Amino acid sequence: MLKFIEQPRYSCALGAQQSVIAIKRAVPILHSGPGCGDKINRLLGQGEGYAGGNTVPCTNASESEIVFGGEQKLGNVIEGAFKVIDADLYVVLTGCTSDIIGDDIGQVTSAYQEQDRPIVYVETGGFKSNNYVSHETVVKAIIDQYVDKFKKGTDKIKGLVNVFATVPYQDPFWNGNLEEIKRILEGIGLGVNILFGAESGGINEWQSIPQAEYNVVISAWAGLGIAQYLEGKYGTPYIHFPYLPIGGEETTKFLRQVAEVTGIDRSYAEAFIKKEEEKFYMHIERMADFILEFRYGLPRRFYTILDASYGVGLSKYLLNELGILPAKQFIIDDTPEEFQEAIQEQFNKISSLRSAKVSFNVDAGAIQEEIRKDDHKHRALIVGSAWERDLATEIGGDLLILSVPVAYRLVLNCGYAGYNGGLRVIEDIYGKVLDTYR
Amino acid sequence: MSVINLKASEVQTREARLGSITGFAGTAGELVGCARAGTLKESERSFSQCMGCSSGNAFCQFSMIQDAIVVNHAPVGCAGDFFTFNFVYRVGQMERDLSPVIGRYFSTNIEEQDTIFGATQKLADTIRKAYERVRPNAIFITTSCASGIIGDDVEGVANDLSEELGIPVIACFCEGFKSKIWTTGFDAAYHSIVRKLVKPPEKKSNKVNVINFWGSKIFDELLNPLGYEVDYIVPFSTVAQLEHISEAAATIQICSTLGTYIGAALEQVYGVPEIKSPPAYGIAGTDRWMREIGRVLDSQGEIEEVIAKEHERVLPKLEEYRNKLQGKTAYLTAGAAHGHALIALLQELGMTVQGAAIFHHDPIYDNGDVVSDALAHAVNTYGDVPNYNVCNKQAYELVNILNKVRPDIMIARHGGMTMWGAKLGIPTLLIGDEQLSFGYQGVLNYAERILESLDNKEFVINLAKHSTMPYTKWWLEQDPFSFLRSDLDVKIY
Repeated sequence: MLKFIEQPRYSCALGAQQSVIAIKRAVPILHSGPGCGDKINRLLGQGEGYAGGNTVPCTNASESEIVFGGEQKLGNVIEGAFKVIDADLYVVLTGCTSDIIGDDIGQVTSAYQEQDRPIVYVETGGFKSNNYVSHETVVKAIIDQYVDKFKKGTDKIKGLVNVFATVPYQDPFWNGNLEEIKRILEGIGLGVNILFGAESGGINEWQSIPQAEYNVVISAWAGLGIAQYLEGKYGTPYIHFPYLPIGGEETTKFLRQVAEVTGIDRSYAEAFIKKEEEKFYMHIERMADFILEFRYGLPRRFYTILDASYGVGLSKYLLNELGILPAKQFIIDDTPEEFQEAIQEQFNKISSLRSAKVSFNVDAGAIQEEIRKDDHKHRALIVGSAWERDLATEIGGDLLILSVPVAYRLVLNCGYAGYNGGLRVIEDIYGKVLDTYR
Repeated sequence: MSVINLKASEVQTREARLGSITGFAGTAGELVGCARAGTLKESERSFSQCMGCSSGNAFCQFSMIQDAIVVNHAPVGCAGDFFTFNFVYRVGQMERDLSPVIGRYFSTNIEEQDTIFGATQKLADTIRKAYERVRPNAIFITTSCASGIIGDDVEGVANDLSEELGIPVIACFCEGFKSKIWTTGFDAAYHSIVRKLVKPPEKKSNKVNVINFWGSKIFDELLNPLGYEVDYIVPFSTVAQLEHISEAAATIQICSTLGTYIGAALEQVYGVPEIKSPPAYGIAGTDRWMREIGRVLDSQGEIEEVIAKEHERVLPKLEEYRNKLQGKTAYLTAGAAHGHALIALLQELGMTVQGAAIFHHDPIYDNGDVVSDALAHAVNTYGDVPNYNVCNKQAYELVNILNKVRPDIMIARHGGMTMWGAKLGIPTLLIGDEQLSFGYQGVLNYAERILESLDNKEFVINLAKHSTMPYTKWWLEQDPFSFLRSDLDVKIY
């Protein structure tokens, strides 16, 4: 099948450089062509962070490396990076140039590993996969080459879980989402290694990955492989929640599943859930009259053009807690075939009363054409990316930008996961809708 | 120095064509001296950070042609810049009162099996589908490291599809690894435009080509009264417009780093005279440039009138600004020609330029005329600049230098550099519109922006107080050019 892409919404395998940047005080070292890091940063990133963007060390492959190999140059850049960049973890990532010509980066890097330097290498030549897939590859490599060696121990710590929930930067709300997930899991009484972002303890947390009692995966498919790998490696069982929990109903479902499996104090967990639900539904109740009575038109149907985890999570929330009906839903993350049926099934039972149609397509140009052809009798909400700006205008719809490229909004700690995220979704949707009235 | 060769499918890199370099530390005067003496030598950095690549610069020009589309023959990661150029395109549409349209760009999405079996079929099919979807008047194909190394016959596909679809389907070779100087991507784009799109002139027109990015339209005001119309190329032009740029009366470049190749190509192939004076920055530079325009467009009398009128208007105001800026120090980072222009401007304003980090250096431009050497012009007119560093966007060198030099203001032309001034508490100004500072009014515009930035310190003071530094203490104490070595392999193939 021809798989060209108009309007890309994810990156290549090397896109996982952003996963490294999302770890506190970690820095990628690229063994790639000169433009790769910048292009990835343009799509997946707002802000350089600690050592991303223009700080990222890179061999900037030129013709002479293509002809003679680039191992020597990589060695030089690694040496330089140790001296110049103040980081706790260095991750060597390859681009197309290195992988096609077959540089032995393992040999170059292992010399430094033998000196107990905190350095990891991974082959991420752009053509090998996309950044959803290579996020797993990179995390596994860090676990194998760094965590194994520097781990604090293997004895399990009661109530400690590792969370694998979003692909950082590919999910523009990764930081906010992880903050909320950590908050609610701690709320029910667990200890949490969140691993990425502002609420993480950086490499200290990574070093205690083997000590967790459980791994918690919140994702349709990307990241599930990490948990399965860790089960084999450290015997850590995992809990899989196959989409992003948004709002009261799904967040509670998620927390109960975690509480049930981990066997933590149920009454403690339920007390937290009760308090959070009360707060959440107090806000929903407070504005229910707005949804019921606003007479000038609110979105009545929605399209999502999102990755699978967001697509399912958001569709459930919009339908079940806001009463907006699903039009067709589109999944754009190049979902591997083996996971498509389970995702399809989630849409089949999107509520107890209805199912939603879904299609998997990486070419969002085609998706937009399909949406244009629909009959646009009712005001629609599109949840997609900055590419949807004109489409929304053309069909008289409202647009919530939630997927990269975000471009027309700036994201700091905003998150859409959990109870707080659910409320934020409402504010953001209706803020935009109301802004269209004079 | 080679002449324009439109028979070759690929343009030669700047390194090979012009002897351009990306590594140098010394004074501006020394650099000009080496360039003129033919003793310019490239140095290699043993440690380096992410640069840009040619494919982005080539895409930059194609992505804003109104009725063309671009097919990037690459893995999807290379399409990471699609939206940023689309954003620039749309901002420009807004400024030009064009109705908003999305740029139509396609990635062939090269995957692992394609690197084994080749991806020319995929490229051809993508072009067909993209054509059906958009019905453009031309299709540009930009290449990538992956398609280059696996050796796909992109030129062959382009030629076949051109015939099949009945529109120009044009290959542009801009693989990232081919050149360390990412402006080679501009040359690659222009090479393909002149080679495959531009038609031989049927008649001479009263148009003047202005090679620019997406800045404001400042040339109509100057050239319309002289009886000329302006064609801004390449962004925001149409395919039909580009077909006829060979008929123009002259070509102006807003920035010689950008337009060197197409300016020379139009002159050498079709006899369109190129204005060879460095672009009009600073009063002396603008005078010189204006007189050259007058000469080429046969309007000396009118131009002298404009110069006199503008001097009368601008010089008293300039004096006011000079008094305010006298003795202030500045450090600058920018692309080559525009960086040279800014050096002239800052000195015109009475400021002390403590140094500059300029992305690359072209010892000569494609026209082969030393008159176009903007750095020589700046040095000869205003004096030498110390700490002149040719540095392709290496932030670690920049932060080291800034930490030592501590200027009153840091000025940047490109994104990603300003943070290092700000994190050190130095007011920092990014100039995005290169035309803001062009010509007589430009000097005043620029002075005003600098004064605003010098005045606005609260943000940087507070940021400096709270920010972290990813560079080691060790590094900040080293010589900024510790990793710049001339003994490494810098051969050009």
